[in-house]
Amino acid sequence: MVVMSPEEQFQAIIDAEDKIEPPDWMPDGYRKTLIRQIAQHAHSEVIGMQPEANWITRAPTLYRKAILIAKVQDEAGHGLYLYSAAETLGVKRDEMQELLHQGKHKYSSIFNYPTLSWADMGTIGWLVDGAAITNQVMLTRGSYGPYARAMVRICKEESFHQRQGYEVLIRLCQGSPEQKAMAQDSINRWWWPALMMFGPHDSDSTHTEQSMKWKIKRVTNDDLRQQFVDMTVRQADYLGLELPDPDLRWNEERGHYDFGDIDWEEFWHVVKGNGPMNRERVAHKVKAWKDGAWVREAATAHAKKREARSAA
Amino acid sequence: MTNEIASTAPQGTPAPEPPDRIMTLLAYADDNMVLAQRLGELISNAPELEIDIALGNITLDHLGVARALYTHAANTEGEGRTEDDLAMFRTERDYTNLLLVEQPSGDFAHTMVRQLFFDAYQMELWKDLSVSIDPTLGGIAAKAFKEATYHMRFSSGWVLRLGDGTEESHRRTQDGVDALWQYTSEMFEGEAGKYRSAWTTAMETAFVEANLEFPSDPYQRTGGRGGFHTEHLGFLLSEMQWMQRSYPGLVW
Repeated sequence: MVVMSPEEQFQAIIDAEDKIEPPDWMPDGYRKTLIRQIAQHAHSEVIGMQPEANWITRAPTLYRKAILIAKVQDEAGHGLYLYSAAETLGVKRDEMQELLHQGKHKYSSIFNYPTLSWADMGTIGWLVDGAAITNQVMLTRGSYGPYARAMVRICKEESFHQRQGYEVLIRLCQGSPEQKAMAQDSINRWWWPALMMFGPHDSDSTHTEQSMKWKIKRVTNDDLRQQFVDMTVRQADYLGLELPDPDLRWNEERGHYDFGDIDWEEFWHVVKGNGPMNRERVAHKVKAWKDGAWVREAATAHAKKREARSAA
Repeated sequence: MTNEIASTAPQGTPAPEPPDRIMTLLAYADDNMVLAQRLGELISNAPELEIDIALGNITLDHLGVARALYTHAANTEGEGRTEDDLAMFRTERDYTNLLLVEQPSGDFAHTMVRQLFFDAYQMELWKDLSVSIDPTLGGIAAKAFKEATYHMRFSSGWVLRLGDGTEESHRRTQDGVDALWQYTSEMFEGEAGKYRSAWTTAMETAFVEANLEFPSDPYQRTGGRGGFHTEHLGFLLSEMQWMQRSYPGLVW
């Protein structure tokens, strides 16, 4: 009988499409990669609340206001599930948040762009959540059980978010010239950052190869980006909006849309913390956390007093 | 404690119209609309993610009540107006919400004290109206009563934690009570006077547990039900109504 090393057993579970669960042996690199990825995902949900919360008080109708609040609240909920999934790998939510506050943990760069009109609430749903879903559907089949399961529910909610965003844009595009212009301006600003959400080209992606082997990642950045473009072009046509890329055209031979080059300089600029809103987003988060310190201390102090009183 | 109402709207302010059905529905709707707007400002600013989620729920509940009541008021009126017409195209002087709900949220202690004061009042109001002869209002009230019960659990729970917690949290909570107390008598004007004793009992229970004191200053401010507001409401409405006023007549 062949005795397998822990490493071999681990890879065998993955190759058999079974899930790795929290008590299972796993290589340090696998654990580290997952913590980094899940934390980054959780931070993205939480930071992602800000650009949309920016329009809650100004939503044009009460119906839209209710949907927007529910959506931002869903994002907080996603943040919670994801922090919990990461905690199964032996790291605490507070530690992850602290790293975010210190700028040592990243979140999706898309949220470093400002929301400047009501149309951005539609565009974020359609393009940003749409890009997120394209990426996340594969994560429901990822090898780490708690993360894959969390993603099933998150994907359902994201899919609802995407449809509501698209519906916001349908309203605008069927509305007045002013409304349509608002929608077009919004797409012009968000299209390229949305494509950047899939990350660097496969050839420049440091994590792809190992992550594919471990089935943390199942489709490469460039393939996901292509899938997203193919899906989105038709949706833009239906809206009557123009995607801001002169090189965008159907390639019969490839069976895909060709599209122009991403401005990678801008991409790295934003990743490194110098996008339009990086500083504000983190500062907002840090301020809320600091302002809430006395509340958290009070809750702990009260719980201790109560415990002492009931013991007495 | 608070039997004397020391102040009211200034001389020359016309007395509010006798409350008819629509006016009453609008007043209750405005209370919930304005508080939802205030709470909506806080999302993404809470001390913990769980509190953000809870506040989001409470915001949605108040907004839901406001929408149901505006729609009911519009249908009762029968002139083809919608919930958005009533929320977005009435001015500061038309809004008849309580002054309490338009007060800025301040720190988390302030927010929770404001919520506690309002929740305890809403519980009495909705319990009473859930048996209204108007079946639509009765239905809205029955649902709102359940929600108010949850809200009250949250706000009284936090007022207790904060009042009892640390020196700082106690000071901040007492500050909130002292600042907002002047807007409490207004909840019990006119027919609503019947809710006062149950509300006072609820406050006594909450305050004893949380080591809070009833303010000694008897000053009470009023005027909201007659459209005589504090200076805060105009800014709140400007922000809320901006889109509809900038682009009138469009569908969103």
